[in-house]
Amino acid sequence: MDAILLQILNGLDKGSAYALIALGLTLIFGTLGVVNFAHGALFMIGAFCAVTLQRILNLSFELVDETQKDFLGNPLKVKTPYVEAWFGPDIGGSIIDWAVPLAILFAIPIMIGVGYVMERGLIKHFYKRPHADQILVTFGLAIVLQEVVKYFYGANPIQTPAPDALNGVVNLGAAIGMDIVYPVWRVVYFFFAVLIIGGIFSFLQFTTFGMVVRAGMADRETVGLLGINIDRRFTIMFGIAAAVAGLAGVMYTPINSPNYHMGMDFLVLSFVVVVVGGMGSLPGAVLAGFLLGVLESFASMNEVKSLLPGIDQIIIYVVAIIILLTRPRGLMGRKGVMEE
Amino acid sequence: MFGLDKKDTSKLIIVACLALLAPFILNPFPTDSALAQFNAGYPDLMQRFVIFGIFAIGFNILFGLTGYLSFGHAAFLGVGSYSAVWMFKLIGMNVIPAIVLSVIVAGLFALLIGFVSLRRSGIYFSILTLAFAQMSFNLAYSVLTPITNGETGLQLTLEDPRILGVSATTDGSIPVTNLFGLEMRSTFEMAVGPWAFQFNAGYYLCALIMLAAFYLSIRIFRSPFGMMLRAVKSNQQRMNYTGLNTRPYTLAAFVISGMYAGLAGGLMASMDPLAGAERMQWTASGEVVLMTILGGAGTLIGPVLGAGFIKYFENIFSKINDNVLHTWFSFLPDGMEDAVVFIIHPFIGKGWHLTLGILFMLVVIFLPGGLVEGGQRIKGWLSRRKAKGSNTSGETNPAE
Repeated sequence: MDAILLQILNGLDKGSAYALIALGLTLIFGTLGVVNFAHGALFMIGAFCAVTLQRILNLSFELVDETQKDFLGNPLKVKTPYVEAWFGPDIGGSIIDWAVPLAILFAIPIMIGVGYVMERGLIKHFYKRPHADQILVTFGLAIVLQEVVKYFYGANPIQTPAPDALNGVVNLGAAIGMDIVYPVWRVVYFFFAVLIIGGIFSFLQFTTFGMVVRAGMADRETVGLLGINIDRRFTIMFGIAAAVAGLAGVMYTPINSPNYHMGMDFLVLSFVVVVVGGMGSLPGAVLAGFLLGVLESFASMNEVKSLLPGIDQIIIYVVAIIILLTRPRGLMGRKGVMEE
Repeated sequence: MFGLDKKDTSKLIIVACLALLAPFILNPFPTDSALAQFNAGYPDLMQRFVIFGIFAIGFNILFGLTGYLSFGHAAFLGVGSYSAVWMFKLIGMNVIPAIVLSVIVAGLFALLIGFVSLRRSGIYFSILTLAFAQMSFNLAYSVLTPITNGETGLQLTLEDPRILGVSATTDGSIPVTNLFGLEMRSTFEMAVGPWAFQFNAGYYLCALIMLAAFYLSIRIFRSPFGMMLRAVKSNQQRMNYTGLNTRPYTLAAFVISGMYAGLAGGLMASMDPLAGAERMQWTASGEVVLMTILGGAGTLIGPVLGAGFIKYFENIFSKINDNVLHTWFSFLPDGMEDAVVFIIHPFIGKGWHLTLGILFMLVVIFLPGGLVEGGQRIKGWLSRRKAKGSNTSGETNPAE
């Protein structure tokens, strides 16, 4: 029982990353009809926003401290981050400690900007071209973004720890008399994902802007004829989708140290998630993300693996193939939308 | 000649000349000159040119003719490599059975994957092939380790049975791949003045096979079957409405292109008898897509050009470093020199992939027909300039 609950938690946790990326991907597909192979790169850029902020906060100046000596007897050079010098060691220290959560604020404007530039500068010109061309150009863009990041940050994974307060483990089962020990940050990640997903849905459901966007998704031409500048709103949606991917990346950094090809690793999976959920269906993407996450973590249980060796490696793809062949529009895809 | 019209014959002859004279063409600079680093005429690299040429020609039969964009073609290449290495382990070091087996196994594998994937089209097809390829890649790394040797990759050992050959040579080393006794690695060197040309047996085997593969692809392009595939690309729905089932045709194209990939994989293993799972990763599939698009999808000669182009510049660009740049730009004043080197620096050496990505994007955006279309545009522009005044045809031929 404990093991099963733990796997469900693991699955929800993995699934929340899938769901966030797939949500952004399907937002772009649903609004602009573009298959964005560079979405993984956006996830990666988000992660590197966190790295950048951490580096900025750690910018320090050196002072020679005469009272301390190093092991050779020379006066010790003490590095003090500017932040600590300005705000005092207590507040400054905790600001540095909380770099990753703070990076959320830092990443949102950057990611929206990146998304905006990407859409206006490149993807705009590809609406009328076939899907294959869109895949190819965004694939090229993904390579370029990846290499640019590699140029500036190197090829090795960069450690970006979570704040100390959120770094330990917590016993989630204490309330129901069970023993389920789980890393705090992963719990935070899950709730963060739920928050973002809820935010996007309520934004689309309860604001006028969201209503127009939904109308545009249903029938772009008619909305345009009503005198609404739908292109502009879709561009903004692209920025928001980029921000969602970026935030997923920011929060993912303590779980997995970011490196330049993390986006590519996630991209294939998130495409599979979108297809399973149904192209252009937002609830489908979220549902499929969590579903596949849970399935994957169950498949990696030893009992299952001894029954079907290797199943943990391929479960997601097997599910995707079965879904695509039996129900091409995905779990929650609308009838007639991108079935072929 | 060979049942080809004049234009195709000349294309075949051009490719044949390029391939057979490659040791000369790729070695234009004397060995001890400063430009010798642009020489690409050594066996290892030349083999890669033609092997990836075969891979891209095969991919083009699927993508160029039917428009189905497969993102999982590297899986067939990997399967081909594995089966070839197994042949070397079990049967003997002759390359013929290895290559034949790799083509057959890749064909069967393609039949299976194609049968399932081709039930969908468009982006779903791309994702299905991607999923299959990733699945094969993951399996090769995990449960299939007894067959694939996991992360280490499949290698020859002294304990292999090799029924028709010997497990170990008399001096106790692993025998080398050969074609009825002709060792694949044997190289004849010819020194002409300051130049040194290398003629490698393995390269010529690959080149001849590539020519055969190229000839076959011309025949496929010009056949009624190729016509049918093109019809699938331009309007599949209409084909279906005329009561024609297109799936056998697309499946045949998929299997043929899978067999080409298997052939490339088998040759790769024949030149260097090892196989690893990373050959099946989806980025490897992406590479062949890049080659085909860059050269010109749907054209005959494009994929060969693209493969050669990418492999050549991959090799050359990654060799250039800052010191080389400094010697190039040493004629500039000091500050300027540093600035120029600083600007170029990210694009060379390890930054080659950045250059490739940018180049690829530019091609997709501005030249969807690839290098071939670029060449035709320049040709059209030149002939129009020449023929100014006299009213001649300056029409540009669409890429195939």
